[in-house]
Amino acid sequence: MADVAIPRAKPQMSEDNAWTRLKHNRNWLGFWFMVPAMAFLIFFLAYPLGLGIWLSFTDTRIGRVGHFVGVENYEWLWDDSIFWLSVFNTLLYTFVASALKFAIGLYLALLLNENMPFKAMLRAMVLIPFIVPTVLSALAFWWIFDSQFSIISWSLKHLGLINQNINFLGDTTWARICVIFANIWRGVPFVAITLLAGLQTVSPSLYEAATLDGATRWQNFRFITYPLLTPIIAVVMTFSVLFTFTDFQLIWAMTRGGPVNATHLMATLSYQRAIIAGQLGEGAAISSAMIPFLLAAIMVSWFGLQRRKWQQGENND
Amino acid sequence: MSSVQIRDVRKSFGNFEVLHGVTVPIEDGQFVVLVGPSGCGKSTLLRMLAGLENITSGTISIGDRVVNNVQPKERDIAMVFQNYALYPHMTVADNMGFSLKLRNAGADEINKRVKRAAEILALGPLLDRYPRQLSGGQRQRVAMGRAIVRDPQVFLFDEPLSNLDAKLRVAMRTEIKELHQRLKTTTVYVTHDQIEAMTMADKIVVMHDGIVEQMGTPLELYDKPDNQFVAGFIGSPAMNFLKGHVRVNGVATFEGPNGVKLPLKTAPAASDGRPAVYGVRPEHFTIADDGAEAEIVVVEPTGSETQVFAKIGGEQVVAVFRERHQFNPGDKIRLKPEPSLVHLFDDATGKRLNA
Repeated sequence: MADVAIPRAKPQMSEDNAWTRLKHNRNWLGFWFMVPAMAFLIFFLAYPLGLGIWLSFTDTRIGRVGHFVGVENYEWLWDDSIFWLSVFNTLLYTFVASALKFAIGLYLALLLNENMPFKAMLRAMVLIPFIVPTVLSALAFWWIFDSQFSIISWSLKHLGLINQNINFLGDTTWARICVIFANIWRGVPFVAITLLAGLQTVSPSLYEAATLDGATRWQNFRFITYPLLTPIIAVVMTFSVLFTFTDFQLIWAMTRGGPVNATHLMATLSYQRAIIAGQLGEGAAISSAMIPFLLAAIMVSWFGLQRRKWQQGENND
Repeated sequence: MSSVQIRDVRKSFGNFEVLHGVTVPIEDGQFVVLVGPSGCGKSTLLRMLAGLENITSGTISIGDRVVNNVQPKERDIAMVFQNYALYPHMTVADNMGFSLKLRNAGADEINKRVKRAAEILALGPLLDRYPRQLSGGQRQRVAMGRAIVRDPQVFLFDEPLSNLDAKLRVAMRTEIKELHQRLKTTTVYVTHDQIEAMTMADKIVVMHDGIVEQMGTPLELYDKPDNQFVAGFIGSPAMNFLKGHVRVNGVATFEGPNGVKLPLKTAPAASDGRPAVYGVRPEHFTIADDGAEAEIVVVEPTGSETQVFAKIGGEQVVAVFRERHQFNPGDKIRLKPEPSLVHLFDDATGKRLNA
C-alpha cells in the first residue's frame, strides 16, 4: 500500500508551501516529540547543575547577588578541616554501607530465590524498609538510638549486660555506626530485590548442567551465579553508591551532622553552609566537589560493564 | 561404558503419580530412545536417571551399582539438555572443560581432551567463541562436546534437536548416530518425534501416561505393534483405524463401517462377531478390482510419493502410493489392504489380536 501512495503524493507536495512541507517532515515531528523530555531535563537537571557550579565560583549569599570570585571558595575549602572531615565521613559512610548492603542484599536475594513456604509474602516483606518514607524511618531510628529512651539500651540493661545507657548519637564512633546501620537498613531491599530479579533470569538448567558436571553448591555460585550476575551487580552497586554518597535526609533527621561533625557528609555540610548559614557560594562549592567522586564511581561501573564480552551480540570476532 | 537397569521405577509429585512402575533394561553400548507424547513421563525418567529427580520407588542401576542415592556427579553420566544449557559466560573451550576443571584435572589434560572432542565434532575453529556467537547447530555440537569430554558411562539426551530447524535436525540426527557408532557409549535419548526414534534407536521404548507401552527394535514396533497406541504413534502418516466386527464364514473378513468388507488373512479363534479395530498402514493399500470402494477427498503429492485421502464407508483413510496415479477429488477408486500386513486390535482394550 505504501509503495502505491508515494508517487501519488509527490506532485502535490511540490506545490505546497514550506510550512506544509515542514509538517510532513519526520525529523521536524520527531523533534517536537523530544521537546517535553528535553525541557524536563534542562529545567530540572542541567539548569540546577549549571547554576550550582556557577554559584560555587561566586560569593553569593542569601538575599544578595554575588560576584565572580574565581576559585576562592575552593581555596577556602582546601584549608577547611571540617570540609576534609566531611569528605572522609562521606567516603567511610559510602564504602562501609555499600559493601554491607551488597553482602546482605546478595545473601537475602539468594535466600529468597530458594523454594520455600510463603515465598511471595517474604519477598514483599523485604521491601518494607524501602517503602517507608526516609524521614519517618530516620525518626524511628532517632528514637531507637535516643540517649535516654533507647530501646536497645533499655533491653541490654534489663539483660544485665550494661549498667548505663549507651550514648548512641552522642559518641562520635557510635553515631557513625548508627547512621551507617540506618542507611543499610533502608538500602538493603533495593539491592536484594534487584539481585533477586537478576537471579531469576539464570536458567535452572545451567545449575542442573553444572551439578552433573560435578559442581558443589558453592561452585555453582562461584562459577555460574556470580559471573552471570556481575552485570546486574555493577548496575545496582553504582546506584547504591551514588545514593549513599549523596545521602542527606537520613543524616539530617538523625544527627544533623553531629556530634562534633562526626557524621557530617558533604551533602549535609553543603546544606548547612548554604541554607542555614546563608553562604550559597561556599555551599555550592562543597556540592560541586562531590562531582569528581560521583564521576569516578560511574567510570568504575562503566568499565566494569564494558569488559563482559560474552554479553555482546552475535558478532563473530 | 555400562549397562543400565531400570526396575519397576515409580515417581510421584505429591499425591500425583506420573510413572507407574517402569522397567527398561539397557545393554552396554545400546542406543535407546524413550519416545512418547508430551506428559508421558519420558523426561522425568531421564532426569531420574541423571539424578536430577528423586526416585519414589524401584531401582535404577548403572553398571552393577544401584544409583538411587548416588549424587548426580558421582553417577558418571553426561547429559545434553534441550536448551543446551551452555554457560553463556564461558568460551566453547571453557564450557567443554568445565567438568574437568571441577575435578581438578591439570591444564594439559583438559586441553588435550577438549582438543580431541573438538576434533570429533569439528569445533576446532570455534573454541574461543562464546555461546552467543554460535548458531543453533554449533551450540548443539558444543553441548555434545561437553558430554564427550567427560568420557562418561552413559550419555543422556533430553530432546536435543527440538530447538533446531527441520533441515538441521535431520543433519544432527545423522551426526549423533554416527557419533554413537564411533564412541559406542550407552545412550539414552528422549524425544517426542517418532521419526527420530525410528532412525536413531537400537531399541525404542514407547511410553504413554507413565507406563511402557512397548519396547523393541524400530522395525519390530513398526511391523508388530502390541497395541493400538503404539500402532498409531509409530509411522508417518499414521496408521488408519477402522472400527467394525470380525466375521468368520469359512473365510475370515472384517466388516467395517457401513458394512464395508475388508480382507483378513486369519482371524483369532472364536472371534466371529467380535468388535475390533482394523489397522492398516497408508503404504499397505493397493489399487485392486476386489478392493473396497473409496471416494477421493484430497490428493497431496510430495514428489517421491503421493498421499491420497479417501473415504471408505464414510470413514476417512489415507493411502500412500509411490506410483503417480492421476486422481482427482471425487473420483471413485478401489483400495485393497494387503491382508498379510493388516493389524487387528481389540475394540475395548486396544490390544493386538492377530499374530
